[in-house]
Amino acid sequence: MSTRLQKGGRLIDRSKALSFTFNGKPMKGFAGDTLASAMLGADQMMVGRSFKYHRPRGVVASGAEEPNALVGLGEGGRFEPNQRTTTTELFEGAVTASQNHWPSLEFDVGALNDKFYRFLPAGFYYKTFMFPRFAWKHVFEPIIRQSAGLGKVPQSRDEDRYEYAYAFADLVIVGGGIAGLAAALAAGKQGKRVWLVEQTANWGGRAVVDGVQIEGADADSWVKETVQALEKMENVTLRTRTMASGLYDHGYLLAYERIADHTPGDGRPRHRLWRMRAGHVVTATGAIERPLSFAGNDIPGVMLASAVRDYVVNWAVSPGDRTVIVTNNDDAYRTALALLDAGLVVPAVIDARPEAKGELPQAVRARGVRVLEGHGIAKVKGGKRVTGVATCIQAGEGAELEQIACDAVAMSGGWSPVVHLWSHCGGKLNWDDNLAMFRPDPKRPATGEDGAAMVTAVGSANGILSAQDVLADAHQAVGGKGTAPGAVSEAEEPLMPVWIMPQGAGPALRFKMWLDPQNDVKVSDVQLAAREGYESVEHTKRYTTLGMATDQGKISNINGLAILSDSLNRAIPETGTTTFRPPYTPISMGAIAGEARGEIFQPLRKTPMHEWHETHGAHWEPVGLWRRPYCFLRSGEGVHDAVNREIRQVRNSVGLLDASTLGKILVKGPEAGKFLDMLYTNMMSTLPVGKCRYGLMCNENGFLSDDGVVVRLTEDTWLCHTTTGGADRIHGWMEDWLQCEWWDWKVYTANVTEQYAQVAIAGPNARKLLDKLGGMDLSKEALPFMEWREGTLGGFRARVHRISFSGELSFEVAVPASEGRAFWDALIAAGEEFGVMPYGTEAMHIMRAEKGFIMIGDETDGTVIPQDLNLQWAISKKKEDYLGKRAQERSFMASPDRWKLVGLETLDGAVIPDGAYAVAEGYNANGQRNMQGRVTSTYHSPTLNKGIAMGLVKHGPDRMGEVIDFPVDNGKVVKARIVDPVFYDKDGEKQNV
Amino acid sequence: MSKAVSALGGVSHKGFVEVSEAGLQGMITVRGDLASAKMKKAVKAATGTAVPEARRIVIAGDKAAAWMSPDELLIMVPYTEALATVAALEEALAGEHHIVADVSDARAMFRIKGAKASQALLKLCPVDFETLAEGEIRRTRAAQVAAALWKSAEDEFSLVSFRSAAGYVFGALEVSARTGSEPFPA
Repeated sequence: MSTRLQKGGRLIDRSKALSFTFNGKPMKGFAGDTLASAMLGADQMMVGRSFKYHRPRGVVASGAEEPNALVGLGEGGRFEPNQRTTTTELFEGAVTASQNHWPSLEFDVGALNDKFYRFLPAGFYYKTFMFPRFAWKHVFEPIIRQSAGLGKVPQSRDEDRYEYAYAFADLVIVGGGIAGLAAALAAGKQGKRVWLVEQTANWGGRAVVDGVQIEGADADSWVKETVQALEKMENVTLRTRTMASGLYDHGYLLAYERIADHTPGDGRPRHRLWRMRAGHVVTATGAIERPLSFAGNDIPGVMLASAVRDYVVNWAVSPGDRTVIVTNNDDAYRTALALLDAGLVVPAVIDARPEAKGELPQAVRARGVRVLEGHGIAKVKGGKRVTGVATCIQAGEGAELEQIACDAVAMSGGWSPVVHLWSHCGGKLNWDDNLAMFRPDPKRPATGEDGAAMVTAVGSANGILSAQDVLADAHQAVGGKGTAPGAVSEAEEPLMPVWIMPQGAGPALRFKMWLDPQNDVKVSDVQLAAREGYESVEHTKRYTTLGMATDQGKISNINGLAILSDSLNRAIPETGTTTFRPPYTPISMGAIAGEARGEIFQPLRKTPMHEWHETHGAHWEPVGLWRRPYCFLRSGEGVHDAVNREIRQVRNSVGLLDASTLGKILVKGPEAGKFLDMLYTNMMSTLPVGKCRYGLMCNENGFLSDDGVVVRLTEDTWLCHTTTGGADRIHGWMEDWLQCEWWDWKVYTANVTEQYAQVAIAGPNARKLLDKLGGMDLSKEALPFMEWREGTLGGFRARVHRISFSGELSFEVAVPASEGRAFWDALIAAGEEFGVMPYGTEAMHIMRAEKGFIMIGDETDGTVIPQDLNLQWAISKKKEDYLGKRAQERSFMASPDRWKLVGLETLDGAVIPDGAYAVAEGYNANGQRNMQGRVTSTYHSPTLNKGIAMGLVKHGPDRMGEVIDFPVDNGKVVKARIVDPVFYDKDGEKQNV
Repeated sequence: MSKAVSALGGVSHKGFVEVSEAGLQGMITVRGDLASAKMKKAVKAATGTAVPEARRIVIAGDKAAAWMSPDELLIMVPYTEALATVAALEEALAGEHHIVADVSDARAMFRIKGAKASQALLKLCPVDFETLAEGEIRRTRAAQVAAALWKSAEDEFSLVSFRSAAGYVFGALEVSARTGSEPFPA
């Protein structure tokens, strides 16, 4: 039984009891507990089930490396699966649930998989589900999807909020153990801007548990004094609960601060993602203990030796009365001492080494503990928890010598430095044969933009395991002045690498030796992968799932690749490691999204009239980041009816369109005319002051890119209107040419899109309405079609353009945006007698289609040139050059066989579906029906009361009157006649009044 | 002029700092040769200040000149003076290649006030506020949109965005300034 000890526990506050539940069962812990320590304290050894075989799983570790003890935490809007109990701080009322079992943790049907392990080897997915072919889609995949994945997907909207924060530092030190603290102290004294981040809630790391003496005192007191000293330094920032998750180019470091995980619902953001720019990064990230591979090493109660003493010392939790220790090194003997100090029993230390005569083993012997040298564990006894171990000779094949009853097994296979951050940006590793570990190669670090090292690894993260050397390394690495803090700890004899226990174990034992307890990868699986030809460690990882999922193999990777190397008869460094990728441990999706949710998920651009639209039934349509009214719904009205009503109003009286989103770019300078002649296909330099001209812009490949009305404001100033979506793009396009290609041309541009609110007043009564506002002569004589005037209209500073996109008499009026809403209100009021109403983008689209005007994005799709749209009239023949001219002369572009714009009229008056293709005779080389055209815009025209469309058709303009076929759904064919694309008022009499 | 309203009508929110829309502000884009004698004279006449150095803003009472790029300045004057200033700048720069554009109505301006003003901003803007010098203007972004900011008084920053994004910027500022979410609470 695991239980809470009567005394001790340096992190818990026994005066503050906290209640929580596990699978509905009430449990108690203390402030300072993790979920794992609290569960162990309440004798909850089994926490979940494994992924593949549904084997019972208990706590293995005490930190970020934990593979097993994952729970679903919280409820409703605060539920999150796969929370590591070892790194989750206990809080009052925590609701936790085990994962990956059905119907219950104790009795799980999926555990049947465990009995059939011989049929579920590595890669069984690839081998098993091949035949019959149809079964994958209909049988196997649905079943696998059902059983795949750890934990449950949250079903409710996340109740918490999250945020980013940006920070800058000369030095970011990652890891608040004694190495990180010593480095921060030394760097802080030099006046550098230093950040020190620690992923747990506590400073000090391992040294405080391991009984290290620093500067003549307990490590604990040195840590407290050092933290206090650092807190006093203005140039040093300390953060606990902050995990450096990834290091990227140029010292860009992401750090994940868990602000309110331990105080849920207190109103603070739950997580904050620090986006830091570090001059240099010091990784003092420590090391992770490795398990040993012996049969039954996955049974709840088998734990890492360091974790066992963490639980005893930090949280006063005993893993059981009797703990057997199995090791290949001296460090694990510290666990024996910690257990003995707590009054618990250590029946034996099983040491794989032929001899264990170091200071620590001798100290353990002196306290009467049996030390079995040259021994190993043949097998762990027990099912849902450990009941004992059978010993064997390490050098042998696993013949059982003796059974030792026990409640827990503390194992240690040596240490692996945490090299993740070091490696993220390309830092390389060396294999150290003596310590059996990959450690950072200081000669091959990740480098910054100056080619110098961007990261320095210190302390255990640098492969240095003794406290005195750790402190010296950290102090020296940051250029510390004077001597490093001195430390005293027990001397240690070398370890002996042990990858299989016993070394000659046969298949039966290897089938029960877990490498990756989360994903159920065993020694036998990696060996099988090697036999099947998986030589690359990256391929083996994917084939066996070793080191996948939430823990990314923090305890299993090195053992796995050692087995792979052994199976392939090559040295470990030849096999190498898999790639270390951010994040170090999983971070929440919320933190990645930051503040971007709800109203501020993304910017919503609003015109000055946006709120009026909102309160007048606007049915919105997203256009870039703007939202424009598609139409304005009246009570009880459908969208289609509203659109028709708006069109009828414009055609018969007058309507208003909020055109403020149109791009407006000022172009000015002595060479502005020449510049615009290059940008537009037609001539802009010859446009007289006071006039407007419709223009087309192509990219250098000749394809139509944007269109709009250009206005000549003064002798050297033009105002270019662009499409709504094109405003920023075209401004950038202009600046690109001016800054990179024609940098010596005297032209300036300014994007004044948002300076003006712009309203189109369209319809036979448009002039009457504006005359009511008064102040400007807008008669046909004073302001002819395609001209503009500036003046004061109803008291507003206005520029009035006589342009029409609807085919009606139409004015577009620009006023300062700050006055836009007042101007709109004035128009609505003055227009009352004409029944004035706003119209939306759909009415605008239909009216322009009735007139045969093209629309960028409908008639164009990046493959269409102006000539395809019969826009030759807008292409200057006189100009030597313009962007796209040469491209349009290429043979394919100039081919008479290109599809060209025509109007399409269905024979029965119906509307052709958008995007429908017209078929031609015969089939192509792929057996597909030949095509001869497609629909680009299609609408029901309320004006003409029939379906109208525009489309691109091969030789279209030469085939007027011909009927072509558009096959649509269910074998139906829509027949349409090729007609002139101008359906309404071909002579333009209506707009020219 | 009475018809003119700013994008958000002067809305404000008090969290651990106060964020508010500052109302109408005259702003004029000027592009040209920033080193020319005419430019220096024109800026002096418009704002009473010198042409700012790179990444600087020079403030004189209710007017200011800010550096935007190697050939662009932002001139700030009271809203009601913008038109006259545009005309004066045009006249002063006549004969020299330049552009002057009134952008008073294209922008929104915000003030972030309080001892921890930078703590709200550092959640949205990738700016090193500890090294942001007195009189420095920073063109940056506020979350997902373009912005420019500077320290406009003791414990106060001013931030300019495009008018259409004003609601978004204010929303982001409001969330960032919520009480209890100070990144450096002590």
